[in-house]
Amino acid sequence: MEGLHHDTIVDGEEDDSPAKKQDSPVEEELVGDVRIEDFSEKQINHSLAPEERVNLYEQMVRIRRFEERSLRSYQQGHIGGFLHLYIGQEAVAVGAVSVMGEDDHVITAYRDHGHALAVGMDMDECMAELYGKKTGCSKGKGGSMHFFAPDKNFWGGHGIVGGQTPLGLGIAYALKFNKKAGSCLCFMGDGATNQGPFYESLNLASLWNLPVVYVIENNGYSMGTAEARHSAGEPLARRGDMFDIDWSVSHGHDMYEVRHTINDALERAHNESRPSVLEIVTYRYRGHSVADPDQTYRSKEEIEEYKKSKDPINLYKEKLIAEGHLTEGSALEIDRLAKEEAEASAEFAQASPLPEPTELMDDIYWETDNPASKTSQGTMFFETP
Amino acid sequence: MATITYREALNQALSEEIERDDKVVLMGEEVAQFKGSYKVSEGMLEKFGSDRIIDTPISEAAFSGLAVGAAMMGMRPVVEFMFWSFCYVAFDQIFNNAANVRYMSGGLINVPIVFRGPANGGTNVGATHSHTPENFAANTPGIKVICPATPADAKGMLKSAIRDNDPVCVMENTILYNLQGEVPEEDDFIIPLGKANVVREGSDLSIIAHGKSVHTALEVAQTLDETHKVSAEVVDLRSIRPLDTETILSSVRKTNRVLLVEENKPFCGVDAQIAFLIQDQAFDYLDAPIKRVSAIDAPQAYSKSLENAQIPNHDRVLSKAMELI
Repeated sequence: MEGLHHDTIVDGEEDDSPAKKQDSPVEEELVGDVRIEDFSEKQINHSLAPEERVNLYEQMVRIRRFEERSLRSYQQGHIGGFLHLYIGQEAVAVGAVSVMGEDDHVITAYRDHGHALAVGMDMDECMAELYGKKTGCSKGKGGSMHFFAPDKNFWGGHGIVGGQTPLGLGIAYALKFNKKAGSCLCFMGDGATNQGPFYESLNLASLWNLPVVYVIENNGYSMGTAEARHSAGEPLARRGDMFDIDWSVSHGHDMYEVRHTINDALERAHNESRPSVLEIVTYRYRGHSVADPDQTYRSKEEIEEYKKSKDPINLYKEKLIAEGHLTEGSALEIDRLAKEEAEASAEFAQASPLPEPTELMDDIYWETDNPASKTSQGTMFFETP
Repeated sequence: MATITYREALNQALSEEIERDDKVVLMGEEVAQFKGSYKVSEGMLEKFGSDRIIDTPISEAAFSGLAVGAAMMGMRPVVEFMFWSFCYVAFDQIFNNAANVRYMSGGLINVPIVFRGPANGGTNVGATHSHTPENFAANTPGIKVICPATPADAKGMLKSAIRDNDPVCVMENTILYNLQGEVPEEDDFIIPLGKANVVREGSDLSIIAHGKSVHTALEVAQTLDETHKVSAEVVDLRSIRPLDTETILSSVRKTNRVLLVEENKPFCGVDAQIAFLIQDQAFDYLDAPIKRVSAIDAPQAYSKSLENAQIPNHDRVLSKAMELI
């Protein structure tokens, strides 16, 4: 598939790279034009209970229906600014979050709705945030790119490409400092691999043995610039090699493969306090942000071909049906419920109040939000509503 | 009272807070084995070990961002910049991440972090190492900025900064590191942020300054008194954000004449905001236009003779003061 040369890497000569820690495939099948290994028998997947398997499917469907609903709201003018949709990449966030333990944490970039819902954030608070409402997860102050849920070990939602990579390092550092056997999954796009702080972070991660897992969700495009035009040297994950960091490249359309890959890296983080760089090859169906034109850098056919052959939700559905854990009927029911939930979240957002202008001044400083405990004196703000 | 240097005062503040709170760590280039590029952290590695006093590579974006991430998780990192000039390669981590995470999360996440180091010219090191970024740091809601000018302030305010639950930028001065001064010996000596200090009382003119310019202002006040029989009051801002507007305004209401002195460059410098504040809230008390001395508006020069002319010096401040009398 033209323009998706990052896929050829997965199936190419890199397979025998010593840094690739994947076992040899148990079974191979062809889906579309891509060879897929069968990861369902790997321990982390084999041990999944039937309801857990179905839940992974539900999570992916919920994310997709939520985002499709948000797109409609955007087109209706209820949502402003940017809307970076995750549609097509759902297996990565859902698969990764599903293997996390109690002390594992997540931080990501601006395409964050999928990760937010995967860690358990509520559709209502997410949709309301997109609408800029007071009931939003950030009270309407963060927007699409800046969702946070520290109570769910989710640290954002960061708008600057690559800017979250040192923060993920710091989360891992704090876990290690506090002697927790946890890790930080730091998600990023392929475009972020060309930002300087990423390399500075890799150096410190390896030098200080920090339990951080950099997950490059390689959807093939850095905004509208294809990988072949933005990055020298393939694959992108190999960039971890120069810092002696274990790295691998895997498929993002296969739920079981994602879980297996992430689980390996988490075990390395937990047991050896070592970082990893995982390149997970995936694809986004929508523009970089929904307002961006697609036609300038890729063809409709390319998108349709991916949807047809590698849609992560369809592939996983077929697997579950083959395993006997799902029927077409129960899949339809899951879809119906997800649509209902998304629709209800849009109604909730629509009915929610807007923040008052005076709320502009809340949440800036801890101190001004907690006047009883204030220690500073003087003027903190120089123009207020 | 004990007489110690500004450097020792910083060392005491850091040591006391590291002892007091096990979440406090000091990290930066050369802070541990090398004892600090300016020896601020001398003896601390031996005393507190390498878990608390942490040498970093020359990699400001990574260690600043790492510290922000750790602060989000509840630690209280103190990040030393060898020069504040080096913060420019970590700009995104300080002014996007540290400054905005609390707001963008609707108040769910605090960032209790201190960024500190020297921010001054006058040391003959050229344009790249002589920045005074207190103006643009203070231009960022979410950030606090202080510029202690004496050993006592250095100690008391750094301790406050470390205990603060928000990001605080502490701008020190290499020329002041050897300055000696009296520092109270009481157990928990603290100076709150946002409290200016009238360091010399006067009645004819208010000279308002921060950082090393406070010392220049004091010298000029002495000359004005001895040579011209002019009584100048000197106000040390100490803190830029929060700003002690009340102390500024009460001094202006008392003397009715104002000279602002700072090492910042003039355009959008800190004193531009102070001048606005005074005309806005004490216009009727002014008997003359507000005057101002800042650094000369050129990139910082290397040559000692040029730089001496560039930074507000005794003669430039004195001659501007005389225009007001």
